[in-house]
Amino acid sequence: MDGADRSGLLVDDVSMVFTLPGGGSVHALKNVTMNLASGELLSVLGPSGCGKTTLLNIIAGFLAPTEGAVFLNGHQVTGPAAERGMVFQQGALFEWLDVRKNISFGPRMMGKSKREWGPKVDHLLEIVGLKDFGDKPVYQLSGGMQQRVALARCLANDPDVILMDEPLGALDALTREKMQGLVLQLWKETGKTIVLITHSVEEALFLGERLIVMAPRPGRIHREYHLPFAEQGLTISPREIKASPEFIEKREEILSMIWEMEEEIMGGATQ
Amino acid sequence: MTDMTPKRPLRPTAAKQKQPSSLAMWLGIADNSFTRQKTVKFGDATAVNSGRLYGIITVAFLLLLWWVAGANGWIKPIYWPSYEAVGTRLTKLWNEGFRNVPLLEHVAISVYRVLAGVFFGALIGIPLGFAMGLSSVAKGLFDPIVEFMRPIPPLALIPLFILWLGIDETAKISLLFLAALFIMIIAARSGVSGVKISKVHAAYSLGASKLQVLKNVILPNALPEIFTGIRTAMGVCWGTVVAAELVAAEKGVGSMIMIAKNFLQTDTVVIGIIIIGIIGYGIEMIMRLLERWLVPWRGKG
Repeated sequence: MDGADRSGLLVDDVSMVFTLPGGGSVHALKNVTMNLASGELLSVLGPSGCGKTTLLNIIAGFLAPTEGAVFLNGHQVTGPAAERGMVFQQGALFEWLDVRKNISFGPRMMGKSKREWGPKVDHLLEIVGLKDFGDKPVYQLSGGMQQRVALARCLANDPDVILMDEPLGALDALTREKMQGLVLQLWKETGKTIVLITHSVEEALFLGERLIVMAPRPGRIHREYHLPFAEQGLTISPREIKASPEFIEKREEILSMIWEMEEEIMGGATQ
Repeated sequence: MTDMTPKRPLRPTAAKQKQPSSLAMWLGIADNSFTRQKTVKFGDATAVNSGRLYGIITVAFLLLLWWVAGANGWIKPIYWPSYEAVGTRLTKLWNEGFRNVPLLEHVAISVYRVLAGVFFGALIGIPLGFAMGLSSVAKGLFDPIVEFMRPIPPLALIPLFILWLGIDETAKISLLFLAALFIMIIAARSGVSGVKISKVHAAYSLGASKLQVLKNVILPNALPEIFTGIRTAMGVCWGTVVAAELVAAEKGVGSMIMIAKNFLQTDTVVIGIIIIGIIGYGIEMIMRLLERWLVPWRGKG
C-alpha cells in the first residue's frame, strides 16, 4: 500500500520485535494495518500484552517499527512532532509550571507570542472547566483536573491527531464518566482525529466511533467494529446509552472475546 | 409495669476529651488532635510528637552540670573551662579579636571559603553531571574518575594539596571545590536520570527541540536533586574547611581552635566549637528554607 497520497492516518503493515538482552525476542506487533480518516475517533482495546501501547508509541514517533511504516497525511512518521499530540495516563504534566504555563507549553516552545496563545489558552481553560485555576500549580489539582489540563495542553497545540494512552485509567469511576463526556464534546467541537487506548471495554465502546480489539502474542488486530454510541453520546446522556440493550449486548460480546484470549494465555488455568 | 425493651448497656460516653493547651502541644507532652485519635501509636512514626520539653530538660541539665562543675572545681579548667571563663573570653575575643583578627573575620573567612568551594563545585559539577546523564561519551569518560573519587574523604587530599598549592587560599578553596564537585556531579546526574520519560515525550510531542527539552523539562525536573546536592555539599564543605584550617591556616575558626590549643586556651577552643556547631546548623536551616521557597514542587510529580 502506498501511503504517499492519502490524507488521514495510515498504519501500514507494522511489525515490532523487541530483542531481549538475554537473547530471545518478543513479537509485540505483527502485520498491523489500519487507516483512519480525518476526524475519526478510534478506540483500541485489548488484554495486557497485546501491544496497544507499543502501537501508540509507534504512531507518536517514540519508537521506530521493525517493519512497516506509519503515514500521516501522506508523509512518513519518523519521530515525535507537534502534529501528533499525546495525552498520557498521568504524571506527564510539568509540576514546576502552573496550569496556564502547562497549557501554553506547546505554543511557547514554537516561539508564539502571548498575544497569539493568550486568548486560546483562556478559551481552553473555560472548556475544560478550569477557568479559575490558571494560576494554580498543577500538583494542587485533583487527578481528574490534572487530566483536563493534559487535554487542554494537547489541544493548545492544535495537532492533526490526538493520541491518548489510557488518559482516564487512573481516575475514579465517577470522574472517569464525566471525562468521557468531555472527550466526546472536545472531539465534536474540534473535529480532531483521535486514537484512544484503553483497557475499559465500556469506555472503548462508548467513545469509539470505530473500535479495534487486539489480540496478544503476537500483538495483532483481532476484530474491528463500527459503533453508533459516540455519535449518540453527543445528544443522549451517557448513562442512557450505557444502559441500552445494544450497548450491553456489544459489551458482553467483547468481554467474552477478551476473556477467551486471557484464558488462552493462561492455558485455561483460571477455570 | 416492666419495661420489655432490652436495656441498652450504658455507653461509655467518650469522656469529653479536653483539648490540651497549645503550650502542652508545643512542648510535645500532649498529643495533637490527629495523633490523639490514633489507637496504634507504637510503630507509627507520625504519632511520635516533638517531645520538646525533654529537649529543653536535656539542654538545661547539661548547662547546669557545666555550671556546677565549674563552680565546684570538679574539672580542671585546662580540660573544660567554667562558664565565667568562657564568658570573659568571649567578651575579650569580641572586643579584641583573636591574634589581631576580629572574631567575626575568623568566622567570615571560613564561611567565605565554603561558599566559594561550593560555588565553583556547582559551576563545574552541574554541567558535568548533566553531560554524564545525557551522553554515553561523557558518561564513559568521567564515570571512572567519579566512582573512584566518590569514596575518598576530602581530608585525605589535604597533604597533596599542601604539596601542590602550599597553604594559601587557593589550596583551601581548591580542596573544598573538589569536595563539592563530586557531590554536585552525582546529584545532577541522578536528577537528570530521574526524569520521567513521559514528560520528555510530552515535550517533544508539543514541538519542543532538544535544547528546549533540556532547558524546560530536564533542568527544572533535576532542580530538587541539585538542591539536595548543594545542601549536602555545604555540610561536607563546612566540616572540611574546619579540618583544613586545623592543619594549616592563619585565619578561620578551625585555625583559631588549633592555635588556641597550642596556648592551652581551652576556653577559646570551646567557643570555636560552639561557633562551628551554630554556623553548621544555620547553614542547614537556611538551605531548607531556600529549598522550600525555590523548588516547592519537590516530590509532587
